[in-house]
Amino acid sequence: MGDLLWILMSAMVVNNFTLFYFLGLCPFMGVSARVETAVRMGMANIFVLTITAICAWFLNTYILPVAPYLRLISFIVVIASLVQIVEMTIKKVSPVLFRQLGIYLPLITTNCAVMGIALIAVRSNYSASESFVAGFAAGAGFLLAIVVMSSIREKLDTEWVPKPFRGVPIAFVTAGLMALAFMAFDNALLKNLLG
Amino acid sequence: MRVTTPTEDLFRGVWRENPVLIQMLGLCPALAVSNTVANSIAMGLATFFVLCGSSLLVSMFKQFIPHEVRISTYILIIATFVTVADMTLEAVVPVVHKDLGAFISLIVVNCMILGRQEAFASKKPVGRALLDAVGTGVGFIIAMLMMGSVREIFGQGTFLGISIFGPNYEPWVIMILPPGGFFTIGFLLLALNWIRQRREPRPAVREWPEGVAERRVA
Repeated sequence: MGDLLWILMSAMVVNNFTLFYFLGLCPFMGVSARVETAVRMGMANIFVLTITAICAWFLNTYILPVAPYLRLISFIVVIASLVQIVEMTIKKVSPVLFRQLGIYLPLITTNCAVMGIALIAVRSNYSASESFVAGFAAGAGFLLAIVVMSSIREKLDTEWVPKPFRGVPIAFVTAGLMALAFMAFDNALLKNLLG
Repeated sequence: MRVTTPTEDLFRGVWRENPVLIQMLGLCPALAVSNTVANSIAMGLATFFVLCGSSLLVSMFKQFIPHEVRISTYILIIATFVTVADMTLEAVVPVVHKDLGAFISLIVVNCMILGRQEAFASKKPVGRALLDAVGTGVGFIIAMLMMGSVREIFGQGTFLGISIFGPNYEPWVIMILPPGGFFTIGFLLLALNWIRQRREPRPAVREWPEGVAERRVA
């Protein structure tokens, strides 16, 4: 159990997907203009990342022994179909939910974060439950980062920013400062907290 | 859509529509592996190979790919080339391969490559598609080199391993860590914006964002 807790905290804050691994930057920069949209994007991501992590474990267990060179191709095919299926299922089961996060789901297919969680889970040889937790934690970390970023950007919108900085450059500098702050979460801190 | 000349196709992707700095595609690898110049060059070359190979194939087979499944087909072609690049790098330069880690595999979800197939290679003849791919690939390598040089020179005091400032240089370690990546690209984009804005004619009245002019006391 301590193992899972370690993976949860590690993937969520220490190795935050966006601020440490640089994954998921396109939606991070593109969707973080308002807090409301950021929250919905983060939720959609948690959902997709968790399922992807499980599928990655499943594929890895059955593909790797047989044909290791097919790993990448099988991942990408499964991820693309998975997102399509998830989108259709949500549309059928809960139209309200679909309308709220529907447009973000196709954006998640070519999101580095989804492929990234699959590759990281495989590389670290996680078991099924560890993969589940890692996927969830990756999504939670992304949600955390994108909500903080969007709050800062909402505030920045009402303040004066020098002209060359406006738009993307100030967003990147903000992300850099956030990454700097998140560096305070490191393995030593985790060890002290979790023993 | 106006007809473009071959030279235009070739040079467009190099600077004017640079994939990383102007179109802001493919940011994930640009930030993640650009902590040294050697890694940047390796990643740039790998992406160049994947881009050219997949543009070539997509353009050659464009009549046979049904419209409904075109994105999946492009992704499959790209994934095949990425697997080849990954294995080649692992065999030829295992040290660099270990440094780059999972990011070589992440070339497959690089928006830039898929974007080029969708926008260009699937509609143009093979020669033009190849020119466009070469131009965009070179542009990507240039952007990676810019990022990598800044980060390595300030973060380690070396360029490709050769020490520039001598042994007494106190390196700005932050530059080779993740925040450094964000700061570097932020300031690079800032520099580009500043240069672009200097070229524009100055407006007669200084413009503030809405609501700020009333609140400023100076």
